[in-house]
Order: sequence, then structure tokens, then C-alpha cells
Amino acid sequence: MSAVIESHGHDDHHHGPAKGLTRWLYTTNHKDIGSLYLWFSFAMFLIGGAMAMVIRAELFQPGMQIVEPEFYNQMLTLHGLIMVFGAVMPAFVGLANWLVPMMVGAPDMALPRMNNLSFWILPFAFFILLSSLFMEGGAPNFGWTFYAPLSTTYAPPSVTFFIFSVHIMGASSIMGSINVVVTIMNMRAPGMSLMKMPLFVWSWLITAYLLIAVMPVLAGAVTMMLMDIHFGTSFFNAAGGGDPVLFQHIFWFFGHPEVYIMILPAFGIASHIIETFSRKQLFGYSSMVWAMASIAILSFVVWAHHMFTVGLPLAAELFFMWATMLIAVPTGVKVFNWVTTMFKGSITYETPMLFAIAFVVLFTIGGFSGLMLAITPADFQYHDTYFVVAHFHYVLVPGSIFSIMAAVYYWIPKWTGNMYDERLGKLHFWLSFTGVNVTFFPQHWIGLAGMPRRVPDYALQFADWNMISSVGAFLFGASQILFLFIVLKTVMGGKKATSKVWEGARGLEWTVESPAPYHTFSTPPKIN
Amino acid sequence: MFKKATTSAHKRLLVGLISLLSSKTYAAWGDMNMTEGVTAISQEVFGLHMLIFWICVVIGLIVFSIMFYSMFAYTKKRNPNPSKFHENSKLELAWTIVPFFILVFMAIPASNTLTKIYDDTEGDINIQVVGYQWKWQYKYLEDDIDFFQNLTTDWDEIYNKTPKGEHYLEEVDEAVVIPVGKKVRFLITANDVIHSWWMPDFAIKQDAIPGFINTAWTVVDEPGTYRGKCTELCGKNHGFMPVVVKVVPEDEYHTWVKEKKDAALRMAELTTKDWSASELVQRGEAIYEKNCVACHQSNGQGISGIFPALAGSDIALNNKPRHIEILMEGVQGAAMASYANQLSEVDLAAVITYTRQAWGNSEKGDGQIVVPKDIVDYKL
Repeated sequence: MSAVIESHGHDDHHHGPAKGLTRWLYTTNHKDIGSLYLWFSFAMFLIGGAMAMVIRAELFQPGMQIVEPEFYNQMLTLHGLIMVFGAVMPAFVGLANWLVPMMVGAPDMALPRMNNLSFWILPFAFFILLSSLFMEGGAPNFGWTFYAPLSTTYAPPSVTFFIFSVHIMGASSIMGSINVVVTIMNMRAPGMSLMKMPLFVWSWLITAYLLIAVMPVLAGAVTMMLMDIHFGTSFFNAAGGGDPVLFQHIFWFFGHPEVYIMILPAFGIASHIIETFSRKQLFGYSSMVWAMASIAILSFVVWAHHMFTVGLPLAAELFFMWATMLIAVPTGVKVFNWVTTMFKGSITYETPMLFAIAFVVLFTIGGFSGLMLAITPADFQYHDTYFVVAHFHYVLVPGSIFSIMAAVYYWIPKWTGNMYDERLGKLHFWLSFTGVNVTFFPQHWIGLAGMPRRVPDYALQFADWNMISSVGAFLFGASQILFLFIVLKTVMGGKKATSKVWEGARGLEWTVESPAPYHTFSTPPKIN
Repeated sequence: MFKKATTSAHKRLLVGLISLLSSKTYAAWGDMNMTEGVTAISQEVFGLHMLIFWICVVIGLIVFSIMFYSMFAYTKKRNPNPSKFHENSKLELAWTIVPFFILVFMAIPASNTLTKIYDDTEGDINIQVVGYQWKWQYKYLEDDIDFFQNLTTDWDEIYNKTPKGEHYLEEVDEAVVIPVGKKVRFLITANDVIHSWWMPDFAIKQDAIPGFINTAWTVVDEPGTYRGKCTELCGKNHGFMPVVVKVVPEDEYHTWVKEKKDAALRMAELTTKDWSASELVQRGEAIYEKNCVACHQSNGQGISGIFPALAGSDIALNNKPRHIEILMEGVQGAAMASYANQLSEVDLAAVITYTRQAWGNSEKGDGQIVVPKDIVDYKL
């Protein structure tokens, strides 16, 4: 630890960034890399969002209107892959880059050059993935879960590029996670014991361990696909003695921890914001940590609840049902803690708080539908219908994505030194909130009524709610242009922010001036 | 041991909730809720669904009302000095333990229903269901009946050229027929990619996986036509492979079985008949429209890069043996499946002849036709 501090400890306190493009290409500065991640993620959010608009436009009415079924399948596949690996995950890594060093009182991430590498391979991964749209046979069209043999024997030739792209994304995530773990374990300011760490740091420590554990599993799955496609193996090919269900076990052993990777940092963010704007210390800090750790551990033993219909034996179905239901306990603890933090607080409703409250309410609704999905016999009816689509969009859009937006509004004064436009921020919130609910709430109903997911066309009884859902989606999509505008406006100017920014803010990042200097905490602060 | 006491209490609660929801007040919910279905199991599943739903609603109401109360009562204006409390072991312990017991309360009926669903004893009637891209095959194991089920909705309806019918995307050429009151067991598998056979009214959803045979069973007491769908993404036309089951009284079922068997006999006669080229082409065109257009397109041009063109293809022009072989064996590593078991000898001969004659192929190539006997010989 001392070596790291010394290397930054000469006299470069006021040494600013390099000029021009090379600043961004060669940067090893955690704040620059954080910004790169966040902008990259926003670009991917818009591209993945545009694909969602194509999907919703096609589903606006029954019948095929805008695209062909082949292209529709490519859109839904790329939408899922881009949103998961391109938008949500990089956004959280960006936030970790910006915030973890400042929150633990470290001068930078522990491995700054690897940090640069882990970001700069990402654009190539997505360039490769998106370029498959222009290849003969089209882009991957087998869903973001890429079940074999649809993704092997029956896949378009571009699947090989998809596999390479997933490998690069995995390498990036693993490097990013190692960096986070090493930073948190070794570079905390003196006196900051683990149980004094801010919750966002805790949430990322747990997330990073999950990523290190499961990204190699994903890499293994796609490598086995590659072998099946090009080297004559039969891992997933029943005709060659392989097992298509094996693919699903491997995929979901990665996939279930993966969905918690996309929500744990959101828990951290919500905890900070609710505490700040309630002007009251977070209720139940240690149970929050305990709950996140339990959720992470449970995430490794629930994967087969995605596979209740593949024909597992009764004992397995019962085990995975019970284990999955158990997750409701720590998740409930978190929600109760947030509500109790607000109870007898002194609350104001700035934009970050609005997003955080909406996060708690709507994530809880997603949690309820998750509990319903855990009930195996009922899952036989819900599985692979729009009910599932509604469920995971409730936990991902007003869950993960609202938390990311809340984080941007909350910390952007620290990043840029300027306050965002509160009036526009609130407008953005209300448009997004309305859009998200109009889009996804009716999907519960059409799912229950029997509409399968991943279909380009549907029977007539689903027409009305699909149209309403599409209208909501267009509203939500358009509102994000406003978000871009608000962020750009804040970067360019605005009311100057103080160091503390928010009256109720707690934590080391609020002790440095706004905007945060290029190098912070070259000398570690003391924690009491 | 605890099973007996709790199930009866649960049953009463379930029945109460079901009757509350199926009462007329809620009739307008129709297309916004899960179907109750027509089997004992499907009604139990519906009861579970509603039970969990209402538990979630009640918990949600409690949590959110405390939250909304705090949001209104403890604004900075109304409560400028926030309290200082930030932990309370008893409270935290309570809201860890209480939810656990609520979960146990849900898990007991759910586990009981699941155990019932897993009763995989022999059925009175056993039907093998095979998923293909993009149709279903049904084999009645006791009666030696074997047929395919295809979507009949016209592509013109799908592409908005003609108005959509009442059962748009939910209609097929041949329904699965089963009798009332008998235990019917489905043995579900697939021939190419993974599909999933879903019949909401029976609460059956079972993945059809190549190399595996999954089972599901039902006893239906109410005659009627029930509609379901494929629910696992299986490629381009995943949205266009519905399932239709017709439940009929037992005597009607026996009549149907007899008719199917007679039809099989007539087909055997057709195989030995002398066929002219034009008869084959006429029959083959209909087969082609049903089985081949999805990939090779009705103009025989296929889709560049994925599905090869048949119009002007060397095999269709000059290589009759290979042409037959492809239909019989499929193409390894490509989407082309074997049709040896999907089509009769007559239909195979007809469709091969059609593709060798249509789109100007007969003028460009050797124009040879294929008769049912060629297929029979190939099989030997």
C-alpha cells in the first residue's frame, strides 16, 4: 500500500490531464476512465434502446409491419446483449471507477494500466458484435441466453464473432473486478475497517467477487460452443452424444449471479441517496452488508429456477424453488431498512431522491413478481411469457437503470463542479417513471393471458395492451434524449457546486472540492 | 406428518380465494389474468398463483403505506429535525423471521401441487410430441397414428394484406384429439432445436429437447378446443407454431381413431398407384407451400447466405439421387432437416418432383420426376 501512495506522492498534486485525444487513449486516471465507461455505456444504452424501439414498433399492432421475423430475432438478441453487457455493466464499472477510490480515500485504482486496458478493449467487443448485423446471414438471432443447439448447429455464421466478442467482454469484466477488489482490499484509508466502508463500496466488493467467479463460466460456455461449431465436438449436440440441457446449466450458473451483478451496486447507490436526502443515518448498516452477502451466496444455488420446464427431477425442482424463495428474506430486509431510514427523517425530493424512491418501489414490484415466478407449478404457466419480460424489466429498468440515473444526478455536481438543472431533472424523472410503468406494467397482464416472449407477432386478444406498452416505450425512449441534454448542459456549465453539494451527504468524496481535482487523496485521510 | 393438517386449511383458503376472484365482479379481468384452465391441476395452479399474488399485494400495501406515510409526514418542512436512531436488533430480527414463515406458508401448497404434477405413471393414452422447426408431430403410441400440426393462418393475414380471422395465429391444420376423462400422457421431445409445448388450459409447459423425452400428463373433463403455443425461441418462425388440442367425448374419439387409420390405408394405396408428372407437381406444390416456403421461399430463391435457392440449383436440375438423399437425410450442420419421417412417400416424391419442375427448372435441367416408388426403394 505504501508503495502505491509513494508513486503518486511526488509533487503532482496539481498535475492535470494531458491534452487532446491521447488524454483519453493513454489515461490511467480513475476519473477519466470512469467518465469513459459512463459515456460508452450511455452510447450503448441509446443503441440498445433504438433496438427496443424497433421491437416495440413491430409489436404496436398484430401482423408483421416493419421488420421480418429473422431481423426481429436479431433485434431482440442484440437488445438484450447490448443492454446487459454494454449499458448496465459498464455503467456500474464507470461509477466504481469514479467513486471507489474517492470513497475509500485512495489516490486511484490499484492497477491503473490494467484499468485503461479493461476499458479500451470494450469498444472493440461491441464493434465486433454490432458488425455482425452486416454479415451474410445476419447478426446473432438466438436470444441473449443463446441456448444450444439454436446457437450452434442452427446459428448464422456470425455466431463466431459473437463468441469472440463475449470473450473480450468477459476479459474486460474480470480485469475491472480484480481492480476493484485489489483497490478495496489494499488501499483503504487508515482507520477505514471493512464495516466502516460506504455501502456502495461494499456492494461493489461483493459484485466484483461474483464477476470473478462467473465470467470464466460464461467464457467456458461460449468456448464449448466454438468447439461444437468448428472443431467437431458435441458438448451440446444430442446427435453426437452431447446434452443441450448442459448448456442451460452452465449458462444459468453464470446467468443468475449475473443478474445480481446488475442489481447489487444499485443497492449501494440507493442506500447512499436515501440516507442523504432523509438527512438521517442509514438504518441497519450491518444488516445491509449481511443481506447483500447472503443474496450473493444464494445466487449460486438458484440457477435452475430458469429451467423449471426442462424436465428436472422433482427433488431438484423442490430444492430450487425453496432456495429461490429464500432470497426474498435478505431482499426484504433491504427494503425494510430503506423505508425505516426514511421514517422520521427530514426528507427533500431532489431528482436523485425521486429516482431512488422509484427504484425502491418498482424494484420491490419486480421482486414480488420474482417471488411468484419462484413458485414452480405457477412458473409452468409464467415461464417464457411476457410475465417474465415484465418481471426482469422491472428489476432492470426502474431497478438498475434508475439507480444509475439517480447516481448520475447525485454525483454529477462532484464530477463537473456544476449543479444540474433541477427542473429538467424532475421532468426527466416523471417522463421516465410514466414511460417505464406504461411500458412494462401491462406486460404482466398479456403474459398472464398467454402471450409468449420473443415472438414477432401475436394473437388478437393481446393487441390492446401491446399498443399501450409500445406507446409507453416510445415515451421512455424519447425521455432519454432529455437526459443526454441535461448531462451535456451540466458538463458545460451551471450553478457552481459546493464541496459537500447535499446538506445530508456523508462520505469522503464530499470532503474534496467540486469538481473533484484530477488527483485526490494523494495523502490518505484519517478515519475516526 | 404436518401435511394433513395444513393442506386442509390451505385448501379452504385456496377455494375461498378462487371463488372470490372468479365471482362476477372480476369477470372483466378475463384477458389480464392467468387462465383457470379445465383440469384439476390447472385450477390448483391458478389458486396458487392467486394466493401468492394476494400475499404480495398485502405485503406491498403494508410496506408502501409506511413508506408513503413517511414521505408525507417527514418532509424537511414538517420534520426539520430528523431522529437519530439507526438500528434496532429486535425489529431487524423480526422482519427476517416473519417473512421466512410467510415463505414456508407459500412453499407448502406449492410443493404439494408440484408433487401431484410429477405423478408420471403410465397414461391411458400415450402421445409422443415432437417439435420441429416450425411445427409439431404427434404419434399416438397405442394406435399407430402419426401426423403433423401446422399453422394455417394465411401469410397474407400475417402481412396485413387480408383481414385477420378470429383465431389468428392460433389455428392449425390438424388438432390433437383426446377423449374426456382419460389420463393422457405426452412424451415430449424435439428433432432439431429446443421447443416448448405449452397448453395453458391444462397448465402444461414442457420443453421439447433433442435427445431427451420429457413427460407431462392431463385429465380433461370438459370437451372443447384448447389453444396453446410454442414457448421456447426456436428460430425464425417461433411465433408461428401454435398448439391446438380438441377434447371430445370418448365415442367420438374412437370414431376419429378409426378415420385416421382408414386414411393411412388409403395413403398406402396411393403409394403404389401410377403417377403422372402433372399430378405430382400439383400435389407437390401444396406440400411445398406448407413445409418449404419458410426457408426456400415460394419463388424458390431461398434467402441469400442462410437458405440456398432451389430455382436453378444444380441438384434440383441434374442430380436426382442427391436430391432424394437431401430430403431423406437432411443436411448435416445446416437447418435442412430430414423429411423421411415427416412426409409420406407420396408427398416426398411429389415435393421433389415439384421443385425439379417449377421456376423453369424442368427446362434448364434433366426434368426427371420422382415417383413414390423411388422413395420406397431409397428406404430399402
